[in-house]
Amino acid sequence: MEAALTLDSIDCSYGEVQVLHGLSLELRRGEVHCLLGRNGAGKTTALKAIMGLVPVRAGRIMKRELRISRLEAYEVPKTGIGYVPQGRRLFTDLTVAENLEIGLMTRGKGRDTLERVLGLFPVLRERLRQRSGTLSGGEQQMLAMARALCLEPDVLLLDEPTEGLMPSMIARIREVVAALRERGVSTLLVEQRVEAVLPVADRVSFIENGRNRQTVEVEHLRSDPQMVHRYVGVG
Amino acid sequence: MTRAGARNLLLHGAVLVLLFALNFVLPEYHRGILSRVMVLAVFAMGYNLAFGYTGLLSLGHAMFFAAGLYGAGLTIYHLGWSVWPAFGAGLLAGGVVAAAIGFLALRTTGVAFMIVTLMFAQVFYLGTLYFTTYTRGEEGLILPQASRKLELPGAELILTDPAVRYMTALTLFAAVLVGIFLLVRSSFGRALVAIRENEERMRMLGYDVFANKLLAMIVSGVICAAAGAAYAVLFGYVGSGFAAIQYSILPLLWVLLGGAATTLGPLIGTLFMFYVIDIASGLTRAHLLVVGIALILVVLYFPKGIAGTIRERWLRWLQ
Repeated sequence: MEAALTLDSIDCSYGEVQVLHGLSLELRRGEVHCLLGRNGAGKTTALKAIMGLVPVRAGRIMKRELRISRLEAYEVPKTGIGYVPQGRRLFTDLTVAENLEIGLMTRGKGRDTLERVLGLFPVLRERLRQRSGTLSGGEQQMLAMARALCLEPDVLLLDEPTEGLMPSMIARIREVVAALRERGVSTLLVEQRVEAVLPVADRVSFIENGRNRQTVEVEHLRSDPQMVHRYVGVG
Repeated sequence: MTRAGARNLLLHGAVLVLLFALNFVLPEYHRGILSRVMVLAVFAMGYNLAFGYTGLLSLGHAMFFAAGLYGAGLTIYHLGWSVWPAFGAGLLAGGVVAAAIGFLALRTTGVAFMIVTLMFAQVFYLGTLYFTTYTRGEEGLILPQASRKLELPGAELILTDPAVRYMTALTLFAAVLVGIFLLVRSSFGRALVAIRENEERMRMLGYDVFANKLLAMIVSGVICAAAGAAYAVLFGYVGSGFAAIQYSILPLLWVLLGGAATTLGPLIGTLFMFYVIDIASGLTRAHLLVVGIALILVVLYFPKGIAGTIRERWLRWLQ
């Protein structure tokens, strides 16, 4: 299957501290790919590196033929990569509609895109004029995802989207991720809660000390539950 | 248009109508003060775009005001230009200075940005003192009354006439108020507010933060320069005092008092400061003490500025 995004032996550091050590990863077109690993393994840094928010010291990141690791951070989303960071990172003083508008403006998308996005998150339609800082945690997560989807990305990066959410919200987010897969969107998902994402994932990569230790089909994981325990310490 | 938008439109329209009506009822003295307040409120609105909406805490905006002031004043005084081209020269000077300073200073953030803008403004100020042959330094230039005429198709407005001066100041104020009103509701305005909230978030959403901030700085500089150029032609004085640090701090104070990131806040803050000083100086020689107490009370009861606190507590729709 064709790769939507390829990380080819990338090194990343925060100052003197190297976090990613030759990390390689392939996100296939239309798949949901989950990154699992302990805290500090480098999962979030990998997403930040893709978005250009952390400099890539060696290796390269390719989006099909385009070497995005050479782009400025603000140019990366324009290539069709949506990013939902950990903690949602909304503009809390702006309304729901204004947050979405900021997402729409990036790639010059209009009313049709907004309607499609609101179709995925109907609850936001009722809250368009509400300040985003006053939304519940689940609604904020939906808004963060909706804002990223306003770019009409073909690659979506989600960093711990289920963090702090109640089960009904987690189920809703899973449904949205599954619906996006149907539309051909490739999703790279960072999660701590294995049980929350396995039902929707196609493949899983285990990240340890900034390296990709193993990438397996999710069926393989179901037949070998010890694998999760080995890399993540739960399961 | 939304209900909030209609309310804002109505309020801003009412403020402009009130200012228009005041020209016919105010005594000469207060009309003179209000003319000055409106011009300086334009300066504050320009500053508010950079500070209130974009989050750029500049301590060098006196430089942009003075660029407009000198751009218009020097061309009238030394080259004999008429008001329109001189005003244009003022705007151009402000835009060029803002672009150059913005290009350099926006490579820094926070305290470093404050210091860099302050230093550039000091260089500009010292420049006005150094080139005394042209500027006459602190003493400044008095523009000839005969040159302060605004030529319009079929009419000539004498800007030394108090009523004409008031209406010209109001015209400039109204134009900038409408411009800011529309700008902050535009996509660009929303992007600036979002940049103020969090630059990295905007970068990861695909925004060139530097380019947006530079554009905000240039627009802000041109508005401040418009105020400076208008000040020169309306009040006929061009002096280096307007380039001093005091005139970088004053717009910050006006905006903070009136309410940062509110469209009417700069007018409210400028008006408040002018009248507190005016009234206090009539009561006591220790008027700065009274001004200080008044400022403390405002900060205590209106922590987000007058308009900002009104918006937060009572009128959530206020722009």
